[in-house]
Amino acid sequence: MSESITEEKTYKPTSPNSKLDFQSVWEYDSAPESSANLEIKDQYQLFINGKFVKPEKGRYFKSINPATEEEITEFAEATQKDVDKAVKAARKAFEGEWSKISGKTRGKYIYRIARMLQERAREFAIAESMDGGKPIRESRDVDIPLVAAHFFYYAGWADKLDYAFPGKKPEPLGVCGQIIPWNFPLLMLAWKIAPALACGNTVVLKPAETTSLTAMLFAELVKDAGLPDGVVNIITGAGQTGAAIVNHSGIDKIAFTGSTTVGKIIQKSLAGTHKKYTLELGGKGALIVFEDAAIDQAVEGIINAIFFNQGHVCCAGSRLLVQEGIADKVIMKLRDRMESLIVGDPLDKNTDIGAINSKQQFETVNQYLEIGVNEGADVYQSKCEIPDSGYFIRPTLFTNVSQSNRVVQEEIFGPVLTIQTFRTADEAIEKANNTPFGLAGGVWTDKGSKIFRVGKELRSGVIWANTYNKFDPTSPFGGYKESGVGREGGLHGLAAYVNLK
Amino acid sequence: MSERIEVLKTYKTYVGGAFPRSESGHYYKVFDSEGDLLANACMCSRKDVRDAVKAARGAFKSWNSRTAYNKGQILYRIAEMMETRRGQFEEELSKIGFTAEEAKADVNASIDRLIYYAGWTDKYQQVFGSVNPVASSHFNFSLLDATGVVAIMAPENSPLLGLVSVIAPVIAGGNVCVVLASEQYPLPSISFAEVLHSSDVPGGVINILTGKKSDLAEHFASHMDVNAIFYTDKLDNEMAKQIDELASNNVKRVVKKPVEDWYASDAETPYFIMDFQETKTTWHPVGF
Amino acid sequence: MNTIQLPSITPIDHVAVEEKVGRLNKRSIKKESKVLALKMALSMMDLTTLEGKDSEGKVRQLCQKAKQPHPAMPDLPHVAAVCVYPSMVRVAKKALTGSDINVASVATAFPSGMAPLSVRIDDTRFAVDEGADEVDMVISRGAFLQGEYQQVYDEIAAIKEACGKAHLKVILETGELHTYENVRLASDIAMQAGADFIKTSTGKISPAATQPVTLVMLEAIRDYYYATNKMIGMKPAGGIRTAKQALQYLVLVKETLGAAWLTPDYFRFGASSLANDVLMQIVKQQTGSYQSGDYFSLD
Repeated sequence: MSESITEEKTYKPTSPNSKLDFQSVWEYDSAPESSANLEIKDQYQLFINGKFVKPEKGRYFKSINPATEEEITEFAEATQKDVDKAVKAARKAFEGEWSKISGKTRGKYIYRIARMLQERAREFAIAESMDGGKPIRESRDVDIPLVAAHFFYYAGWADKLDYAFPGKKPEPLGVCGQIIPWNFPLLMLAWKIAPALACGNTVVLKPAETTSLTAMLFAELVKDAGLPDGVVNIITGAGQTGAAIVNHSGIDKIAFTGSTTVGKIIQKSLAGTHKKYTLELGGKGALIVFEDAAIDQAVEGIINAIFFNQGHVCCAGSRLLVQEGIADKVIMKLRDRMESLIVGDPLDKNTDIGAINSKQQFETVNQYLEIGVNEGADVYQSKCEIPDSGYFIRPTLFTNVSQSNRVVQEEIFGPVLTIQTFRTADEAIEKANNTPFGLAGGVWTDKGSKIFRVGKELRSGVIWANTYNKFDPTSPFGGYKESGVGREGGLHGLAAYVNLK
Repeated sequence: MSERIEVLKTYKTYVGGAFPRSESGHYYKVFDSEGDLLANACMCSRKDVRDAVKAARGAFKSWNSRTAYNKGQILYRIAEMMETRRGQFEEELSKIGFTAEEAKADVNASIDRLIYYAGWTDKYQQVFGSVNPVASSHFNFSLLDATGVVAIMAPENSPLLGLVSVIAPVIAGGNVCVVLASEQYPLPSISFAEVLHSSDVPGGVINILTGKKSDLAEHFASHMDVNAIFYTDKLDNEMAKQIDELASNNVKRVVKKPVEDWYASDAETPYFIMDFQETKTTWHPVGF
Repeated sequence: MNTIQLPSITPIDHVAVEEKVGRLNKRSIKKESKVLALKMALSMMDLTTLEGKDSEGKVRQLCQKAKQPHPAMPDLPHVAAVCVYPSMVRVAKKALTGSDINVASVATAFPSGMAPLSVRIDDTRFAVDEGADEVDMVISRGAFLQGEYQQVYDEIAAIKEACGKAHLKVILETGELHTYENVRLASDIAMQAGADFIKTSTGKISPAATQPVTLVMLEAIRDYYYATNKMIGMKPAGGIRTAKQALQYLVLVKETLGAAWLTPDYFRFGASSLANDVLMQIVKQQTGSYQSGDYFSLD
């Protein structure tokens, strides 16, 4: 890379404070979504071969509501023997009934899952928010509708796979081991299970240890939907359980979404095996805002890019690159907008930013806040009140940073945005690409030709132009470079679950 | 009158559009099928890998942003240049045990393969890209974009056709590459480099090294600026595993596609192009 | 007339504006915050009658409603203003004697504005002379759409001058401007030319006020404030019929401009049938029972 990157330009934004006053006599009263109709069991078992079974070693781990730090329930810890059982069940189902039924029938099972998810959407949304800390507005309006849509989309592929790969005949891989993260628990489950089943595979899925609740509710739904035993197996546990899946010889494919660090470990553990793998890893997305952009909408886009889901988003736009001439204006508007964001109870319908998912992540983000300050960055946080208990962090901006700052380089996975300026499009692109990651990027400009040029040059798998953090089952998602291997979603997402003959 | 002394060719490597000898000064002997010395080939070192990757990276952006039409023209130009030099290739293949007929067929197939992929440059995007009907007011499309710098370990036993068959789909898709030629039969690769040099392929887009797989595989796999590693031979388990492990350091794509017969119908396929493509999906609002 | 540096076009992303409104519409206003907002909405109302068949009796009745929205609840706030045609200003002024409710009058050949400027200035002067505290003018949409921005500016400035001490609300008639960029540009011109308020619609053209248009105008007001420290008021008018809609508008104001604008001095609803729905919701909040129109007087 050229040297202009390390050498910051002399211009510094003047960091104006927010100008408007959002403290009003009129504050919204709490509007909590009732969790009365959600039945949470005291303990959840493993879902293997169509049955809920106790873990071999009889160990369980607690699940904490990150907004209250209270225990919600406990989940079984699957160990090697449980993984064996699940893989065997999946193998038996793969070689048995599941491979004998037609694509049409397979599709109908998946459609059935989609419909049942829609019927029980509110319940899943509430569970997701309680267990993971995300605001109900998002779990209700984004996560769960997308989950159902994802199953609906892939259901339709099950009997049309012959049209997906010109000149080739796709065949299922076999048993897929799938390990998913805690930021979009049920949505990531859908991203994994829907295409795998559509292509005729069977699965052993492990949800993240801090967010297993909706996966277990989903297991109940799978049972209700009448899927043949063993087609979907869901086992809970932490890293060791995941490792047991990755290293299991009876598994044909590993699909992982999570951090780049763990992704690399998995890729390494799969060395020398014939297992296929797809990895959906971290990111450090750049948001490039040009002077000619629709600024108010760009500001809203930035807010969505970094504060959606507390910033626990692998494709979060966490680095703002704003053109010098509008930097002060954009920062002032961002600050004003941040003042009207409500941080608090995830179940409150007015909450914009919920709880940080776990104590561990809470500590990680706070460490980065310290690192940022120690590196000399100027920090700005909104003045909103946050609850006394639970893991909450105010939306945060770092200015006076350069490419070499750790907060600019490393994925924080929290509501923390760094702000840099640029003068020319080339400079913006160079800075945006100056990272080992390559998952997503944003560009705001009113000029169509600029969008195409910048979009072409950004080395990332998703380009959001004049928008950000949009998802759709038809839209492929995945990264360049250290952000992962393979795509999920859309036509391209099928490739991860077939062998081409 | 004494017989004329033949001028022997010094076989070099091809890096950044130039023909340097190995930085290390090491060489190894290459023999013909009779066991007579053919050449002293460069025994490339990790530093040669470094130089080649640097040259490749430097050429990437410009190559990747060429129009599909232009890439197709350049691939076609390589085929043309090869056709005019076919005698040289046939002779080299003959020396290493190909019959005249086999050599001719190998050169024919190599030239045809280049033309095959030349034709794909402006079509794979149409066949494998997509417009995605998202359920919001956005226009959404997925285009394919080159993965970047690809390290290729060329087939050991098909020194020309195999070599051409692994390089062509990689560069047709906008990637640049560093190729380790067949260890035992490196000469056609350097002749191929001469063809490249006289075609319109920009320097650095294709870099060709000679040497030992056992020395260089780990440097290919561990280099942090290499985005993918590609081989079609069956490697011994140890080496394959080491490549996989080192590749994980920067989440390199490891593409192992065993090909036994380079004349087989599935030895030329757009899916080889697709193995080195990143799907890039763009969203934009639709409104007044 | 003044020559000015006319505002330039500000790009606006249509989809993102509507998404933002969709997001703010998800705000859930419950309990005390709802009662407070409903009362606030009531106090921000320009109770309006703009019919060719308006009679003095109708205007007097409206004024009574303005002063005492719901006799069963005497503690409720009164509305901000009564909005009538110039010929009814005197009647309204008399009926509202003793209250601090303003009389607003539409003027400038409302609703089309299709009269010579001199006529429109006279119309304005007449309304002010009759006692109007506020004047709601219309811009020349024809001139605007032809790109005659200087003319639009000059006319607003002329009317502003004719208003004297009366507050000037400038109606953009956004339903005829077609794009958010036009709405934004018209807002910028109006503010620069001296508007005290900018207002969406006459109520005679469909679509009248919409939330996305209102958001675009609020953002224009915000930028004007950033640049000049001058606070301009906002009045959506037409089509706002339910308490729920009113609350959604208030959320837009609260989260775009903040607390300072949440007063009748800077935000108004132009509405003819909103009041009773707001009243019914207030009573419902207090009694817990859903209400019937039979118990609320017609405007």
